[in-house]
Amino acid sequence: MRGASALRRKALRDLWNLRGPMLAIALVLASGVAAYVGLNTTHTGLERTRDAFYRDYRFADVFVSLKRAPETATSRLAAIPGVASARTRVVARANLDVPGFPEPATAQLVSIPDGRRPGLNRLYLSQGRLPRTAATDEVVVSQSFAEAHGLSPGAALGAIINGRRQSLRVVGIGLSPEHIYQIRPGDILPDFERYAVMWMNRTPLATAYDMDGAFNSAVFTLTAGAEAAAVVDRVDAVVDRYGGLGAHPRADQISNRYLANEMHELGVLTRTIPLVFLAVAAFLLNVVVHRLVRNQREQIGILKAFGYRDVTIAMHYASMILAVAMVAAALGIALGGWMSHGMSTAYQGIFRFPFFIHRLDPATAVIAVAATAGAALAGALGAVRAAARLPPAEAMRPEPPPTYRASLLERSGLRRLLDQPTRMVVRHLARNGGKSALSVLGIAAAVGIMMLSRFGTDAIDYMLDIQFGLAQREDVTATFTEPTDHDALYSLAADPAVGFVEPFRAISVELVNGRHRYRTSILGLTPGSRLHRVLDDTLHPLRLPRDGVILTDYLREHLALSTGGSVRVRVLEGARPVLDIPVAEFAREYLGAQGYMRLDALNRRLDEGRAVSGAYLATGPETATALARRLQLMPRVAGVGLRRRSIESFDESMGRIMAVFTLISSALAGSIAFGVVYNSARIALSERSRELASLRVLGYSRGEVAYIILAELIVLTLAAIPPGFLMGAGLCWLLARGFNSDLYRIPLVIGPVTYGLAAATVLAAAALSAVLILFRLNRLSLVAALKTRE
Amino acid sequence: MPQGGNNAPTEQGEAVFRTESVTKTYRVGEIDVVALRGVTTQLYAGEFAVILGASGSGKSTLLNILGGLDVPSGGRVLYRGRDITHAGERELTAYRRHHVGFVFQFYNLIPSLTARENVQVVTEIADDPMPAEDALALVGLSARLHHFPAQLSGGEQQRVAIARAVAKRPAVLLCDEPTGALDSQTGIRVLEVLLRANEEVGATTAVITHNAVIAGIADRVVHMSDGRITGVEVNAERRPLESLSW
Repeated sequence: MRGASALRRKALRDLWNLRGPMLAIALVLASGVAAYVGLNTTHTGLERTRDAFYRDYRFADVFVSLKRAPETATSRLAAIPGVASARTRVVARANLDVPGFPEPATAQLVSIPDGRRPGLNRLYLSQGRLPRTAATDEVVVSQSFAEAHGLSPGAALGAIINGRRQSLRVVGIGLSPEHIYQIRPGDILPDFERYAVMWMNRTPLATAYDMDGAFNSAVFTLTAGAEAAAVVDRVDAVVDRYGGLGAHPRADQISNRYLANEMHELGVLTRTIPLVFLAVAAFLLNVVVHRLVRNQREQIGILKAFGYRDVTIAMHYASMILAVAMVAAALGIALGGWMSHGMSTAYQGIFRFPFFIHRLDPATAVIAVAATAGAALAGALGAVRAAARLPPAEAMRPEPPPTYRASLLERSGLRRLLDQPTRMVVRHLARNGGKSALSVLGIAAAVGIMMLSRFGTDAIDYMLDIQFGLAQREDVTATFTEPTDHDALYSLAADPAVGFVEPFRAISVELVNGRHRYRTSILGLTPGSRLHRVLDDTLHPLRLPRDGVILTDYLREHLALSTGGSVRVRVLEGARPVLDIPVAEFAREYLGAQGYMRLDALNRRLDEGRAVSGAYLATGPETATALARRLQLMPRVAGVGLRRRSIESFDESMGRIMAVFTLISSALAGSIAFGVVYNSARIALSERSRELASLRVLGYSRGEVAYIILAELIVLTLAAIPPGFLMGAGLCWLLARGFNSDLYRIPLVIGPVTYGLAAATVLAAAALSAVLILFRLNRLSLVAALKTRE
Repeated sequence: MPQGGNNAPTEQGEAVFRTESVTKTYRVGEIDVVALRGVTTQLYAGEFAVILGASGSGKSTLLNILGGLDVPSGGRVLYRGRDITHAGERELTAYRRHHVGFVFQFYNLIPSLTARENVQVVTEIADDPMPAEDALALVGLSARLHHFPAQLSGGEQQRVAIARAVAKRPAVLLCDEPTGALDSQTGIRVLEVLLRANEEVGATTAVITHNAVIAGIADRVVHMSDGRITGVEVNAERRPLESLSW
């Protein structure tokens, strides 16, 4: 196209002259791209890694635990229609004695075929080897536990299996698709220091656990097209007589569930956060390009007078916008790659994979580029169209002076209180009402994103506070190897460090209401329990009903239940009765979902006399660790939990991840805040430089003139904070809703520090913009402004 | 420093401005542009002077230096005997604020303020201003107090600018091509207002123009060309405004 190169040069120079605002816009666009690329790449990375790990290491489709079945039952399981392969194993609980670690730790010991790797849920060895065929004391230790204690092959551990002490030797460090997220069953937080998964030869483990010629766990893969639910039912039918605890599909497998939940959350973030950025950037472009076109009216007129076609003019401006979008996309993709690398690394601290497929998809990049270009062009569409449509004769005439009127504020009688500069500020804001409102909206978006970035920390703090400050107040939990008579509590209470003992009974159940089902546990507590309490909506302790069950409020919707109705409870252990129990109440709980009954009522329903599963103990913070160690040595005690220590270690690891997330999102929010504030101030400055120069000529000082621009900036910023808080609360609510699951419900709790930081971020961005504007104001040429007509 | 009084202009009276060999060189890109090549002249208290010259003769540069908008590259500028050659930014602002009234070719009104408010912009920061209404009455715009610039004609806008310039009772009134953007008839009306302001406020008035016709109404005419003063003539008799046309 003839003349194209001259126009191209003009485009480049115009961009250079507008580099400040354009850079600010590019920054916001790039932040959106970075958020999208970072989150999406992490999401697909997790997904691919999981899928590859599951496939290559033959992760099972269906799982079942049972009391004890003879090895001969294996063939019946393998013959179930839909089952491709079935593997049996022995899974045992053990208390660990780690040299140099004074606190109690427990392990899940999983058998592997002697000296061979298992057919399903295969092991990945990051160090060392599998136990030798004839070895009786060799174990492979899960990587997270080994790292927490600095264990490597050759290390020795003590273990109490089935009440008998045994020495174990670490020969390998491993990972399994079954324990990507390693969490003790029944726990709500992972604790790498106090919980291990270990793999051991089947013969010695069966011997130690009284499972010779028997198994207590089985895993299955399915044939293509087989339905997991149907297989689950058939497996249950087979293992029922062996004390089956209810089979479940992969979807309900605990590690997989946490992983799926995390990926779901990433998906929610990927779909929301980048949109906010792109919308803000589109708005900024709209403002800047409108102004550019207005300033270049006469140039457009001349170009058209010379015979340039409308489409050429439109392309000229569109090309400038696309150039900015492409720079932003490139920057954002690079930034997003770096972000996702950081996020993936953080995730690998919690989700353990042998490898991580971290790759920037061309598709992701293409979507990012297209979305950036789309948002940029959409934002500038109006201005570009206006430029193309301008008739040349009209374009060459200077624009008529802007029309102002006294603002509503002044007409209400406040006029006399305002000096002229203030009237200028008020009228300018009012005249550009739409633009001012959009600026406020943009800055509010920054406040909102900033709040979002700290919301996770607030919510987790609050959840832990409620869970461990109000509900679970025990210092130590001791669990017996099996339901035991109430009298066993005396042996616990006999320890001088124990201040207070409360028994509990925990049973595995499936709650059923029509076609709704949920597998969980019911906890029997003593009435008026002081340590372990159930809370209502207002966080006050609920009284346990004489007979009915209290359910976590999540189950109200999940099982479509209401108070006054009843729920069918399929007990998954012991005599496996099926009970209909009235639903007395719903409890406010953020973590997990389960049922609560009075201990005596539960035992009466189960016909089990005065059985207890364990006890909650109160003791001092100094005595807890030593007490836990002593309890662990008691033969009947299967496991000891030190809840508060678990929280601390969770807080530490979570705190680090949260810090990274907060840092990244604060930077993003800061870029929005700065982009919007700086842009509106720059535009105000350039639109009004003549006016301001005139005032300087009339004898106004720099400070007095700066007031006019900065007052507007300050008004916009301050006005944006309250709607920003609302927007932030809205975004947090959306996020919390998106994140809701049976694993946890995120409460909409936003701390004062979060509000404060969000406001402080935009104020800091405004202050930085103000400094840059002042710098420009000082270079304002008085003489030039008088000579030129706009 | 004394304010401009209401005394009638006296021939060769007290010199309000004195410039001595003032030079000004701008750096435009990579070349030096010499705007003033040694200007030595005076402006006297209360007089109505016209500085006449072609475009590029340096008259605007001289006016800007006198008005404290620019500083000379060489020479000295004295305002009422005080050297303002090396005055700082703060000093010049105060000087403009309290002593100088400006009128420009393109009016330079604040579009968001009404006629009266445009005058109040100045009266609010001046020491002894006249009421804005009086200043607007002086330029014949009493009926247009609440109109915004967009609602006024070019001539009316320039009269508001004059009212704004004289409202502070300035010692000097500096006008840069005040009729440049106006037709002849409107321009004459504006000059009439300037003359009246000069008489009633007694401000030393300097009008720069390239329009030789206007020279006839002045007490003194300073001719400039190529950065130098090429001649000064004193009008024995000022031409009446009605006889002007261009």
